[in-house]
Amino acid sequence: MNAKELCGVANAKLDTFVTWTALDRSNLSDGRKLAVNYFIVAVILFFAQLLFGMIAATQFIFPSFLYGWLDFSVNRMVHINAMVVWMLYGFIGCTYWLLEDESQTEIVGLKFGKLAFWVLTIAVAVVVLVYLFIQIGAGNDTTLWLINEGREYIEAPRWADIGIVAVVLTFFYNVVATFSKGKWSGIAGVLTLDLVALAGLYLAGMFYMTNITHEQFWWWWVIHLWVEATWEVLVGVIMAWSLMKLLGVRRKIVTTWLYIEVALMFGSGILGLGHHYFWIGTPEYWLTIGGFFSALEPIPLVAMVVHAVYDSGSHAFKNGNHPALAWVIAHAFGNFFGAGVWGFMHTLPQINLYTHGTQWSASHGHLAFFGAYATINIAFFYLAIQHWRGDVWMSGNAQNAWRWKWALGLLNVGVVGMTIALLIAGYEQSFIERAVEGSTWSGYFSAQNHPSFQSAMVWRWFFGLMTFAGLILLIWDLLTIGKGETRKMAVVEAE
Amino acid sequence: MNEENPLWASESFWKKVAIWVTAGSFIILVVLTFDSLSQTEVGGKRVQAYSVINKKIDYVYKEDLHKFMPVIGETELLFGQEFTEEEAEKLVTLGKKTTQAKNCMNCHTLLGNGAYFAPDLTKAWLDKGWLSKELREDLMIKFLLDPENNARTFGSNRKMPNLHITPEEAKGVVAFLKWMSSIDTNGFPYNFKTIYATEE
Repeated sequence: MNAKELCGVANAKLDTFVTWTALDRSNLSDGRKLAVNYFIVAVILFFAQLLFGMIAATQFIFPSFLYGWLDFSVNRMVHINAMVVWMLYGFIGCTYWLLEDESQTEIVGLKFGKLAFWVLTIAVAVVVLVYLFIQIGAGNDTTLWLINEGREYIEAPRWADIGIVAVVLTFFYNVVATFSKGKWSGIAGVLTLDLVALAGLYLAGMFYMTNITHEQFWWWWVIHLWVEATWEVLVGVIMAWSLMKLLGVRRKIVTTWLYIEVALMFGSGILGLGHHYFWIGTPEYWLTIGGFFSALEPIPLVAMVVHAVYDSGSHAFKNGNHPALAWVIAHAFGNFFGAGVWGFMHTLPQINLYTHGTQWSASHGHLAFFGAYATINIAFFYLAIQHWRGDVWMSGNAQNAWRWKWALGLLNVGVVGMTIALLIAGYEQSFIERAVEGSTWSGYFSAQNHPSFQSAMVWRWFFGLMTFAGLILLIWDLLTIGKGETRKMAVVEAE
Repeated sequence: MNEENPLWASESFWKKVAIWVTAGSFIILVVLTFDSLSQTEVGGKRVQAYSVINKKIDYVYKEDLHKFMPVIGETELLFGQEFTEEEAEKLVTLGKKTTQAKNCMNCHTLLGNGAYFAPDLTKAWLDKGWLSKELREDLMIKFLLDPENNARTFGSNRKMPNLHITPEEAKGVVAFLKWMSSIDTNGFPYNFKTIYATEE
């Protein structure tokens, strides 16, 4: 079979698949067509995240698995990069989804938006292929520009960094120009300022430095101020908008809450950055500042729980999209426990001295990224698919509702299970490697070889598999939910 | 303002609070950033000059400070060679770029940051796993050049893959690790017994 025939077969299969999904793009406005493109890539990358996570988890139990072919470093890099990028795709998709509705006009630079989507997607594909097949290079600038920068979370080579900035600027132009042409709102203002910060911060991570203290200082500007500040505010915006749509909450209430969340989030999160500056060579005052402000970081997350649960309760959970609301509630609790409680548990310097750089961080990372960001994106996927199906019924007595409920259960129990397993491993590592053996290499391996660590890794693997099963069910559900449904969605009365 | 909508529940009040809190926090962060960067310039008290690789570096508990601190001692040459500041910077830079190009951070941690599949590299130069200071350089170079045969795995079966590091890059990595071990990390890691502590 030659390449042309192969393309023909692939095309035919794709057509069959598209026909099977029976999704009608004419239900979507042009802006929302662009949004669902982002959602589709987000789901594919979500799948890649879990696949490579499973391979990496397997290597903790069987270190020789794929040794020399796909080493742990490669799998782990793809695992965390796929995560960061799918969440960004999700956020961009969410923004495009709500942009026309919120501004009450059509997206101004739709052509640029479409172009930017393809540029970004091709760039991501190239970066991943290079990660998988070239992996590493010589210790020089060419490697950092073309293959891999070797800096956790922002490994993308420099050429891709520049591409990302260009794409984000296009996205930013679209958002600002559309709101300017249409209507500004409190939500629009917060969103715009947050995107300025989000894009600007990325620049801080685009330089090479030999001084590792300086390098990690700026590196945390990107990672922390994204994940614990600007991303949190972005999900605050997304949640505010979705609560209005899902429950019919009054705009004035969500906007006021949003401002409160911004004040608390930035008030604690910006200087909370200090908890990454305890041990990298930076001055001692960060122990006090970082400890104090990061201890405050859970407060806005409590506010978000109150916000979501109170609004849902006051509307007696009456809404037009049950899976989406369930995921919004999962987000509120996941964010609070994952980012808030799990973060707080090891954020004070007195305990962080022992937990820094152990599986503690992995435990926190798994629950926080899932709870804070995966959940809200999934909620939006359900909002999008409902509209894409033609605003069909997704409330009580929906067909095949078991699928979304089981997907919700498997994903949440799976992630919580991994979190607990990693927490046990982290405790054991903090005691044996750190406190008792003083962080030497032999101390490290004593902890890694310990039966409680080893069994924790096995438990993590099984809960990882459960999460993976949940994702597969979620994808199946997203593709089929509402198919053949004739009832129109339940109307939510505005307050 | 009226009874139904008191100040503390009003949209405009919280909007102002959000703006002021964000701006205030950010300004404080910028000021502290300038201070932190100047305090951590290479050649300062916290981050040593690259030519520190010509010296003996140790890490000991200071009773008065209640924490471990790096101690810079007498001359202890690396690869039997005395480096000028410029040569040292060149070598450490090669080592640092190599650690990035080989993606070390997605198995190891550096200053405690990275992945948790392999040991922390912050004080790797001082680790007692290198047996003695005479054997150390040789063991490190061999490890980096041919980890499949020379990795120290402590019975874990976890082995570093061959990363095709050149002999010059390996020297750079060792120099980088030696330099990094001299950074004042506020006492992280705690209770770390160095190769010198074992010898004495």
